[in-house]
Amino acid sequence: MSVATAGKQKSVLWDWLTTVDHKKIGILYLAGGGFFFLLAGLEALIVRIQLIKPENDFISAGLFNEMITMHGTTMLFLAAMPILFGFMNYVMPLQIGARDVSFPFLNTLGFWLFLFGGILLNCSWFLGGAPDAGWTSYASLAMYSPGHGVDFYILGLQISGAGTLMGGINLIATIVTMRGPGMTYMRMPLFTWATLITSILVLFAFPALTINLFLLMFDRMFGSAFFDVALGGNTVIYQHLFWIFGHPEVYILILPLFGVFSDVFSTFSKKRLFGYTAMVFATMLIAFLGFMVWAHHMFTVGLGPVANSIFAVGTMAIAVPTGIKIFNWLATMWGGNITINSAMLWALGFIPSFTIGGMTGVMLGSNVADYQYHDTYFVVAHFHYVIVGGSVFGIFSALHYWWPKMFGRILNETLGKITFWIFFIGFHLTFFIQHFLGLMGMPRRYWVFLEDQGLDLGNMISSIGALLMGVGAIIFLINVFVTIKSEKVGADPWDGRSLEWAVSSPPPYYNFEQLPLTRGLDPLWIEKTEGNGKMLPAEPLGDVHMPNGSILPFLMSIGFFVAGLGFIFQVDNALWTIALTGGMAFSIGCMLIRSLKDDHGYYIPKEELEKELERKAD
Amino acid sequence: MADLKPKVMPSNPHTATLEGRNKLNGFWFFLGGETVLFACLFGVYLALRNSTAGGPTSEDLFGLELVFLMTLLLLTSSLTSVYAIYHMKNNDFKKMQLWMGITALLGIGFLIGEVYEFAHYISDYGFTFRSSAFGSAFYALVGFHGGHVTFGICWIITLMIRNAKRGLDLYTAPKFNTFALYWHFIDVIWVFVFTVVYLMGKVG
Repeated sequence: MSVATAGKQKSVLWDWLTTVDHKKIGILYLAGGGFFFLLAGLEALIVRIQLIKPENDFISAGLFNEMITMHGTTMLFLAAMPILFGFMNYVMPLQIGARDVSFPFLNTLGFWLFLFGGILLNCSWFLGGAPDAGWTSYASLAMYSPGHGVDFYILGLQISGAGTLMGGINLIATIVTMRGPGMTYMRMPLFTWATLITSILVLFAFPALTINLFLLMFDRMFGSAFFDVALGGNTVIYQHLFWIFGHPEVYILILPLFGVFSDVFSTFSKKRLFGYTAMVFATMLIAFLGFMVWAHHMFTVGLGPVANSIFAVGTMAIAVPTGIKIFNWLATMWGGNITINSAMLWALGFIPSFTIGGMTGVMLGSNVADYQYHDTYFVVAHFHYVIVGGSVFGIFSALHYWWPKMFGRILNETLGKITFWIFFIGFHLTFFIQHFLGLMGMPRRYWVFLEDQGLDLGNMISSIGALLMGVGAIIFLINVFVTIKSEKVGADPWDGRSLEWAVSSPPPYYNFEQLPLTRGLDPLWIEKTEGNGKMLPAEPLGDVHMPNGSILPFLMSIGFFVAGLGFIFQVDNALWTIALTGGMAFSIGCMLIRSLKDDHGYYIPKEELEKELERKAD
Repeated sequence: MADLKPKVMPSNPHTATLEGRNKLNGFWFFLGGETVLFACLFGVYLALRNSTAGGPTSEDLFGLELVFLMTLLLLTSSLTSVYAIYHMKNNDFKKMQLWMGITALLGIGFLIGEVYEFAHYISDYGFTFRSSAFGSAFYALVGFHGGHVTFGICWIITLMIRNAKRGLDLYTAPKFNTFALYWHFIDVIWVFVFTVVYLMGKVG
């Protein structure tokens, strides 16, 4: 409420546990997601080592199932998505000229729920075995999976999914109500557009997962009969609900990166993005179609030729807006003044890689041919081409692009280029050959393959490629450490176009002393070309309202974590219901405190901002 | 925080501040997500409503009289919450509290009907969550709605008690308004439950 609260000295740890600053939460998401990315990468390497030669006995069949399940689950839910949320949290409010997000408290809660959900899921390794029913955890398998692995999957994803949903709602509300003066929808940078549309996907896709996990949980823990065929249940319902969530999920993973690439291409080509309006509508169209095609994951279930054909056509239609995007990116570079640095390299590497992934997607979208490809390594190759060649390349591009904004230092270029080339070559070695392994009949999810069936060399090459990608990731980590000692850079190291480059690097906790006036697309670029050099203020200098930090989101998430453990183990021992009810009561108590206690935030006085402006002018 | 208690209240106190507008917007998006939650449960119910595994069917179970009475109570409670918001916009805190209270009572009446209904199915027909896929789907959908009603009642009672002394200002008005929005949403969902579960179960 007062200035005194703001000025009080806090320890660093307490500061990070209670922060409601969207930029710090963004960094927390990056750190959390980065950790899980390394973990899931390690799991992938173990899988590839097992498959390096025929009839290998590096790990057991059961452990192999756990490894592939946890690799997929961790990569999608706990690595890629949180890292994207990190960028969206950090960059989007800056890009729209806002001081904060709509719901700072909710934002923090979303992060801690994701983290504790992820930790709960990974506790399974130490508490009786990880989930082993695949990342989709189809009910027909998951219902009868022994032990508690699948229960950890259910509760861990439920908790982190709730966090994701909150994050999504918060980001939509932020873009709708908090855009700065002059920032109309059609002046928003493509990354902000992608954030908006991705968040809408999160909002409409995640509830389907929530319900599905509930149904599976009721069946496994409380004896209901949704998927119990003896009592009239139907496991195909699980597949439908899963893919009604799961198909939009893959667009949640790629659309923000399409936004990143759009920003990167236009910045480093020194040109306005080609076909801005078409890009916006293509993004919307991809999102819409993404919801309409879930059953292409179920061509072999037996839905019948009519349903299969409709979903096949819908699936192939997605190639059209995606093609529009690819051509617009190429046209953005056409005749531009191109700078090739690490961020740009990842973006350039993305175009052919993702296009290959898209073409195999159209192949898989043909329902007749799908009976041949189904559950082979061809599918594995396809989705890794889009998810690694799209999402992971995009994440690396975004890291190099926004690192100076986040930490005030540019990542080392030489190491960045080495990372790119090693990872890029490793990626294509790993997955290109898998197309052919699949066409030759190698099934996915198999623990071993036999000798002399034409699969030996391909698998060997694939595993070597995977190790190269691991080396690439390690070089990136070295780069992060090397960069700590490098020189500080200014606000605008890339000669940028959008508003995030108008504030210092890293930005002050209140983002803007005065909200900037947006006068068109690429607002900073407009001011630079008109000779102003910096954004014009849209308001007189005044007191700035800021939210107070809070420890409640952290405590609430711990409560849900404990309750999750209680849910899992109450099946074995009724004493665990104490943990269940205790955890829930604790979390609900925290919510009650939150709703009963007024928290109006505090004001940064005008004088403090004046001092800051003077210091900058010097 | 003087500006949260202005001398003259604006005609739309719930959207007069940025926080209020954020709350309203954000809550609409939340309801969008809730719609998907219910849509999924409706889908599951429609897929499983004839999978009775030899147990009681919807025609054996449902009695429309009770459900009609419950519907009447819940729909009326939506109207009374409209009155409450009307008084909120006129800055008449006491009348708003009164109508919010009536809304809560009607909601409690609805819940009593639902508890009676479930108890009746369980004791007279032995029809439970575990009886059949139909039972699971029925209790999941209707119970999930009932859970929402329960939460709504706790919410409004907490709001009324918490703000009894403080009265209406630009900080509390968005809270009451958000509740009203939620309450209408639950009502709309009930119209679908009534149609899809009970009417279609009896005559479909």
